[in-house]
Amino acid sequence: MKQNHRYLPMTENDRWEMLETVGASDVSELFSDLPESVRSRSKLNIREALSEEALVEYFQSLAAKNEAVKDYPSFLGAGVYDHHIPSTVDAVLSRSEFYTAYTPYQPEVSQGELQAIFEFQSMIATLTGMEMANSSMYDGHTALAEGALMAATQKRMKKQTILISETVHPEARDVVQTFVNGPKLSLNTIPSNAGKTDVKALKDMLNEDVAGVLVQYPNFYGTIEDLKALREAADAVGALLIVKSNPLALGVLTPPGEFGADIVVGDTQPFGIMGQYGGPHCGYFATKKTFMRKVPGRLVGETVDEEGQRGYVMTLQAREQHIRRDKATSNICSNQALNALASSVAMSAFGKRGIKDMALQNVQKAHYAKTSLQDAGFRLVYDGPHFNEFVVDVGASATDANQSLFAEGMIGGLDLGRFNGEQDHHMLVCVTELRTKAEIDRFVEALNVAK
Amino acid sequence: MKKKDQALIFELSREGRRGASLPENDVPEVDVEDLWPDDYVRTKEPELPEVSELQLVRHYTALSKRNFGVDSGFYPLGSCTMKYNPKINEVIARMPGLAHLHPYQPESQVQGALQLMHELQESLAAITGMKEVTLQSAAGAHGEWSGLMIIRSFHESNGDYNRTKVIVPDSAHGTNPASASVAGFDPVTVKTDERGLVDMDHLREVTGEDTAALMLTNPNTLGLFEEDIVEMAEIVHSAGGKLYYDGANSNAILGKATAGDMGFDVIHLNLHKTFTGPHGGGGPGSGPVGVKAELVPFLPRPLLVKEDGQYKWDYDRPSSIGRIKPFYGNYGINVRAYAYIRSMGPEGLHQVSEDAVLNANYLRKRLERYYDIPYPQYCKHEFVLSAKRQKKLGVRALDIAKRLLDYGIHPPTIYFPLNVEECMMIEPTETEAKETLDEFADAMITIAKEAEEDPNLVLEAPYETVISRLDETKAARKPVLTYQEQ
Repeated sequence: MKQNHRYLPMTENDRWEMLETVGASDVSELFSDLPESVRSRSKLNIREALSEEALVEYFQSLAAKNEAVKDYPSFLGAGVYDHHIPSTVDAVLSRSEFYTAYTPYQPEVSQGELQAIFEFQSMIATLTGMEMANSSMYDGHTALAEGALMAATQKRMKKQTILISETVHPEARDVVQTFVNGPKLSLNTIPSNAGKTDVKALKDMLNEDVAGVLVQYPNFYGTIEDLKALREAADAVGALLIVKSNPLALGVLTPPGEFGADIVVGDTQPFGIMGQYGGPHCGYFATKKTFMRKVPGRLVGETVDEEGQRGYVMTLQAREQHIRRDKATSNICSNQALNALASSVAMSAFGKRGIKDMALQNVQKAHYAKTSLQDAGFRLVYDGPHFNEFVVDVGASATDANQSLFAEGMIGGLDLGRFNGEQDHHMLVCVTELRTKAEIDRFVEALNVAK
Repeated sequence: MKKKDQALIFELSREGRRGASLPENDVPEVDVEDLWPDDYVRTKEPELPEVSELQLVRHYTALSKRNFGVDSGFYPLGSCTMKYNPKINEVIARMPGLAHLHPYQPESQVQGALQLMHELQESLAAITGMKEVTLQSAAGAHGEWSGLMIIRSFHESNGDYNRTKVIVPDSAHGTNPASASVAGFDPVTVKTDERGLVDMDHLREVTGEDTAALMLTNPNTLGLFEEDIVEMAEIVHSAGGKLYYDGANSNAILGKATAGDMGFDVIHLNLHKTFTGPHGGGGPGSGPVGVKAELVPFLPRPLLVKEDGQYKWDYDRPSSIGRIKPFYGNYGINVRAYAYIRSMGPEGLHQVSEDAVLNANYLRKRLERYYDIPYPQYCKHEFVLSAKRQKKLGVRALDIAKRLLDYGIHPPTIYFPLNVEECMMIEPTETEAKETLDEFADAMITIAKEAEEDPNLVLEAPYETVISRLDETKAARKPVLTYQEQ
């Protein structure tokens, strides 16, 4: 007898009973509305089913063909970071009431989700120094792109130009370009000088058509941008200042909100989210209350029930696609709720002081790596203040250097030749709290040998 | 459940507590004040909570108990496909060799991950009848927008700049017109006729030289198969437009028909729906996009290819719409989807659709005497009913939904699609047993009787939840979006 698939509960007997109720002679009758010409004649051309044991073996064989970053000291960052993830994060995420739930359409049975999102919104707002935050975005790069679109909408589409700094992550710049192609906005690149946005060049580019100025803080090269100067420049033409920021850096770095940023976005991957080959991570989007009705994505608000008890609901939904349809502020339907939860758990676990300590450790370990490399005779490509990343000239092809490092059991930094052929000797090095002094010393030594 | 105010994590906070440890700092300490200019150093600390590890765990466990997931009970949310999320998917997605990968590792270090993604692409291409699939899009709506950008680039590559309109049925998911608009198109609505299908005369009327695409899900949002699909494709194609398939409802036709055979040129799939990625409270999802051969050049960059037995990322794609997402899409969700596909195989997926469709028709039949069923024909994996009859008694779809909560059931989707009065859209999925369907039908029938005999009982529901109906007007009029210390 054919085994029932473990995910499918219906027995043959159930099926016959149900067909009888329905009034159909067999299941194929339920598909009689499919025109003959579109009906599939053959079996799906996919691989045969595996039992649970065979399934695990198969995926283990795939896993064995990968080199996991956890098996090597890694100096890769550039948007995805190797940080300590407290064990409590996965314990909470594994509560099936969280991971098997959907968008909280029925607040009475979704208070857990709604409250968790409300707490996430609160944490992001305080970290970025902004008045409010949404329930999450796909990731930091698309959040930046949504910020650009919002800036243009904000100005009622009268302003059609977006400026983006050359020091923003190259992939983020590409994503923004694709997004602004929708409403046909112009995107122009602000040149950089010594690894920082060239403020003077920006001033020359500004005009009344500029809706938003997009920068990253710390930027792609790890350098900390001068937000005060950028804010003043943008103000001259009434453009919004949109800042993409690593939230961990904000544990020690003055938050963009204090410099008067209009929109602050980024990715919360540093808080409790595994690398996972680049996704899913979790974008955040924070802004001023004046822009509340233009914000993309979901918002959760506090209210009371009929007995006056505090509770939470999705709110201001008139902005969203299921009510406004083509007039919606964005087409984003859901959010990254589960990963937002992961980040909330991590942020709560570290707490106010822990995040500051963690950020400080990142600064100190990166600083130690930087000075060790300088002492070994390497040239730093950019000399401004850094958080946990910086660019070093490895004196040879960075691709080759990384191969030598891997042979020594280490994963080196990002070969910048990947994005710019002229920078093929440059390596973006990331040092988090997880790198030990011994690992950093070995890294410097191995690079020196490779030179 | 006991009604009790649930503290916010901020309210549990006490100065000096900590719920996680950091490694020892083994490098020489330097003051950040000495490294950075003064105005870079944060002076006002963020108001993050300070709690111990057990307090943290208890807090989130308490929140989880105030949440309803598929593992908690029946969740027949229409158009959302809330099927069981297999446990083994979670085990596989957490295998260190699959999870702890950095997107900038050289391709030679991640051949296993690339092979997995490539095999998933091939499987999805076979399931949808498309030439090529990209896994880049992060969610269904992101896939819709990507697909429409592909169609736009295709038209523009032919010098066809006047195709500015995207036709969308009035019953469509709200994301469809929103995605069309964000992609720079003007959405045009096509009416639904008395059969619950696209009004063919109206379609002919709105289709023309300015048509970029028709966006459709099939089965549609009423759970009905668009029988005229071949003719619709003919109308749109002969006008020079493309057909976009919203894959949200593909659970109904796995192995039965492909979007490709129906004449669609582009499709997105919701892997968190049909292919069991967990919904996670609304995400993360994954919305791969498949296209026919002539649209392949326009797929987002980079595209995963296999050359001489090695997998690699191809960035050299001059006609591409560009990058739509950092790195390589929501890989972690794609791993789960592939685990599911491999656990089902061709016969399993076939069975999925048959059982999903049988379950929906069974429920429709069991409820038809008690509620109005606007479209009486065979439905696919979901169907709509109307609470018109109950509305005359003063009981609305919303009230029925709230009363269902007392029976331990998550309510169906309500007030969608917009073109059905007092709409409830029910999608049981194939993973629910007949007993569960009967319990749901019994509860719905009981509520229909309650509405007749004691409408107030229904109007004041729910009674058994941790909170009663919430004041949504207050939330919107005076928004409180962040924690305010009292």
